[in-house]
Amino acid sequence: MIRIKNLYKSYGFVDALQNISLEIEKGSITYLIGPNASGKTTLIKLILGLIKPTKGEIFVNGIKLNGDYKYKEIIGYMPQVANFPENLIVKEIFNMLKELRNNNSDLDEELIESFGLEKEFDKQIKNLSGGTRQKLNASIAFMFNPEILILDEPTAGLDPLSCSILKEKIKKENQNGKTIIFTSHILSELEELATTFVFLLDGKIVLSKKKEEIKESNLEDVIISFMKGINGEHIN
Amino acid sequence: MVNTLIKIIKYQIHDIIRSKWILIYTIFFFAFSYSIFSFSDNFTKIVISLLNVTLLFIPLVSIIFGTIYLYNNKEYIVFMLSQPIKRETLYLGLYFGMAAPLILSFLFGAGIPFLIFVNKFTIDNPILFLLITSGILQTLIFSSLAFYITTINENKLLGLGVSIFFWLFFTAIYDGIILLLLNNFQDYPLEKISLALTFLNPIDLARVLLILKLDISALMGYTGAVFQKFFSNSFGIFISLIAMTLWFLIPLIAGLKKFIKKDF
Repeated sequence: MIRIKNLYKSYGFVDALQNISLEIEKGSITYLIGPNASGKTTLIKLILGLIKPTKGEIFVNGIKLNGDYKYKEIIGYMPQVANFPENLIVKEIFNMLKELRNNNSDLDEELIESFGLEKEFDKQIKNLSGGTRQKLNASIAFMFNPEILILDEPTAGLDPLSCSILKEKIKKENQNGKTIIFTSHILSELEELATTFVFLLDGKIVLSKKKEEIKESNLEDVIISFMKGINGEHIN
Repeated sequence: MVNTLIKIIKYQIHDIIRSKWILIYTIFFFAFSYSIFSFSDNFTKIVISLLNVTLLFIPLVSIIFGTIYLYNNKEYIVFMLSQPIKRETLYLGLYFGMAAPLILSFLFGAGIPFLIFVNKFTIDNPILFLLITSGILQTLIFSSLAFYITTINENKLLGLGVSIFFWLFFTAIYDGIILLLLNNFQDYPLEKISLALTFLNPIDLARVLLILKLDISALMGYTGAVFQKFFSNSFGIFISLIAMTLWFLIPLIAGLKKFIKKDF
């Protein structure tokens, strides 16, 4: 589904990503873990074409990214922080996206319902709480039935109930064959859903394993041992 | 592409017309024009007063409002870029969607008092047309400068500072430099140089445009007189309109090129 080959990204002298190669299979749930500033968001932004790689290639559905925007039709993206024009009302945001994506049928509005967003429909964006914005953000990502869902820190700012709603939704969409990628800098509530773990540290992939390949019962132990032993030790 | 562009502009306008700043801007134009119209019967005098205010406030509001708007909507822009939308379309949609409400504010704010007092004086249609055109062009010019500045600057404070400086430079500093130049080199023929310098200031261009039409070049300083000497009136007007169009197209296209290549 997504294939990344020898990807580099640097900002001036700072290397944000170094030699990233990654294969994300169709129907998998990939969990990108890493401390702050390890390159998770950079990697996601590269897949979305928001930034351009210094070196290397990305293929989405077999098509090499070259600045064309069409492939984004099959991607739903939930950014870490989303904001919309502050004077628009929630309903208008949904309408705008429907119009822009030329899509009025085959919409998945399940999350709007389960989050209870209908009652916020006439509120202006500037009057929404952080959590409600995040719910809006999540609902938009799922709305157009995208084949690939990219969720950047999806549970940040959500209350436990909304978190579990989102978790159920991710599980359900994955069963429908959707490919999901999500990130977190901490071990999140969504950990148990993941089928593949990719651990990023200082812009490099230090661990990329399928769930069944991890022998340790506790992923936390694996990660902590990585973070402790990262200085000087050789990592395969 | 045009279809998508119109949709982006539509929602952009929906957002901005509800902003309190745009309301204040409209009320300001209304109050000012209303008082000018009620004080004077002389159409030329009214136009000159309106012109002076237009050339002071439209650039200021367009460049500052544009800069702040873009910085405040950074996350929205990033989100829109993750959607299947061409970068060019998004940029132009944001630009025209922001400039349009500003233009509408000016037209309504100044237009309604005009309609109220329309029977009070004899109206010179070409002059009215030029006043409106230069108001619109000034909005487009300073909005496109705002877009260019925010696209190349990530730092909000720096960008805002640069924007204020641009406005100050074109409204005050530039004239000061020209005066200094003319004063110090008065023994040399400076007509061509000062003519060229006029083209480098979009606000001066708008001023020259109306001065030529009103036939009061002698009253409005050196550049106006030089302009009239070099070009016949109608040709001068044509040239300054072209130059103003370039003044909004060049920063717009330069900003667009940066925007297409930019990392968000």
